[in-house]
Amino acid sequence: MKLRILIPAMLAAACSSAFAQTPDAHQVRSWAASCSNCHGTQGRALEGMDPLAGVDREKLLKKLLDFKNGRQNATIMHQLSKGYSDEQLAAIAGWFAAQKP
Amino acid sequence: MKRRQFVHALGAGSALGSAALVAGCATPAAGSGPRVVVVGGGYGGATAAKYIRMWSDQGIQVTLVEPNASFVSCPMSNLVIGGSKTIAEVTTPYDNLVKRHGVNLVRDTVTAIDPERKVVRLGSGAELPWDRLVLSPGVDFMWEKLPGMTRPGAQDRVLHAWKAGPQTVALRKQLEAMPDGSVYAISIPLAPYRCPPGPYERACQVAHYFSKAKPRSKVLILDANDDVISKGALFKKAWADRYAKIIEYRPKHTLADVDVAQMTLKFEFNDDLKADVLNVVPDMRAGEIAVKSGLATANKRWCEVDWLTFESKAMKGVHVLGDSIQIAPLMPKSAHMANQHGKTCAAAIVALLTGKEPNPLPIYNNTCYSFVTDADVIHVSSVHRYDAVQKTMLTVAGSGGVSSSANVAEGSIARGWADNIWADTLA
Repeated sequence: MKLRILIPAMLAAACSSAFAQTPDAHQVRSWAASCSNCHGTQGRALEGMDPLAGVDREKLLKKLLDFKNGRQNATIMHQLSKGYSDEQLAAIAGWFAAQKP
Repeated sequence: MKRRQFVHALGAGSALGSAALVAGCATPAAGSGPRVVVVGGGYGGATAAKYIRMWSDQGIQVTLVEPNASFVSCPMSNLVIGGSKTIAEVTTPYDNLVKRHGVNLVRDTVTAIDPERKVVRLGSGAELPWDRLVLSPGVDFMWEKLPGMTRPGAQDRVLHAWKAGPQTVALRKQLEAMPDGSVYAISIPLAPYRCPPGPYERACQVAHYFSKAKPRSKVLILDANDDVISKGALFKKAWADRYAKIIEYRPKHTLADVDVAQMTLKFEFNDDLKADVLNVVPDMRAGEIAVKSGLATANKRWCEVDWLTFESKAMKGVHVLGDSIQIAPLMPKSAHMANQHGKTCAAAIVALLTGKEPNPLPIYNNTCYSFVTDADVIHVSSVHRYDAVQKTMLTVAGSGGVSSSANVAEGSIARGWADNIWADTLA
């Protein structure tokens, strides 16, 4: 399977399973808050880090999965993204997408 | 959740919640809602205070007891010692916790905890009531293991600079005052201690300063551990590549005492060592209030907690955060980790005070950057997930890691990390 086909397929898989067993909203908020040390409270980052608040869910999830699967180079996110399941990353991406930038 | 819904949730919740509400109503001038007292405004305590306010929609009253007027960050403070930052640049006022989040700031210390009456006594003699108490008292130094350091004036001459502030500035002044050709010696205690890579970063910063200003001077690292305990290969490469003529690393040097008059370190098994500037990072334990309240149940040094709530295993209703706790496997005593403790605890306290279950699956990460020059940086990262069987936090297999080599790109990321974590903790 070509990469171009693989990515949407994986995204679809991650999204559908996230919807299949949606984690508690407060649990997801706490997972997302553990990103805020670097990316700002509620994803509103100061200069020097990427803001996450209001970023499109699919775009953010693709980026996280690319870090996790080694498709995108990083200094640190390739190491951190491996600590979360695809479903957890999908839930976190959804939470940040819903925040006001 | 709006205030009205929050109060309603409380009424429907536990007896504790109802009692707190009645007590709150009896003193309307001080606000209403359950009361949380947070002791210590470092990375753990300040974060907990802010997030309890935020996540309760300001429904929980939070009082932060902190003796200092402003927050001085330990991370980045080695750059003050190296000379590339000022102490003002690593200092943040507490104003925003008060103005933006409505945290009640009390400049004092807590001298006693009464878990029966649910009050803390302050240095001023006043008492503060609480429904939940959060202790984030950081570390205390075990000077009793180094008799020479308990003599009058000893601690003014031989500095630790392991709590950022006046000692950080004083150590910088000692380095500036010493003539070229002098020796700076840093003694490192056995792990665990606050900030595992910190002493090795400090050695780099002092060596960086020497390489520019005093190139005939030496840095001696006397480490009680068997080897460099964090980012070992990366630090050793930096020392070999950049500071080969300046830094000398000696493991397995357990400090037994300090002869301050002779400026001499005395070790358990090794020969005495005299230097011009001594920097002793002593053994540590949980902050004094935690120890004297009987919370330091692990080795009489560290406080054991429930990882879902950070509630003490020794005292109900009292939560302990940050460097004071008995860490989980591979969990560092770091600023980043204390901030994560603060948020996990905040979420649990908001849940408990509104009659809900705390989150069942905490997952959080740690990142730690070390400057090997004024611009080149190395990092270590990890992800920690709650294990319901072992009831502790374990690192997730396959996650985390270190830099491939020191680089300036991570230098700018490290500065971005500092600005963002200071804001996440305090703004």
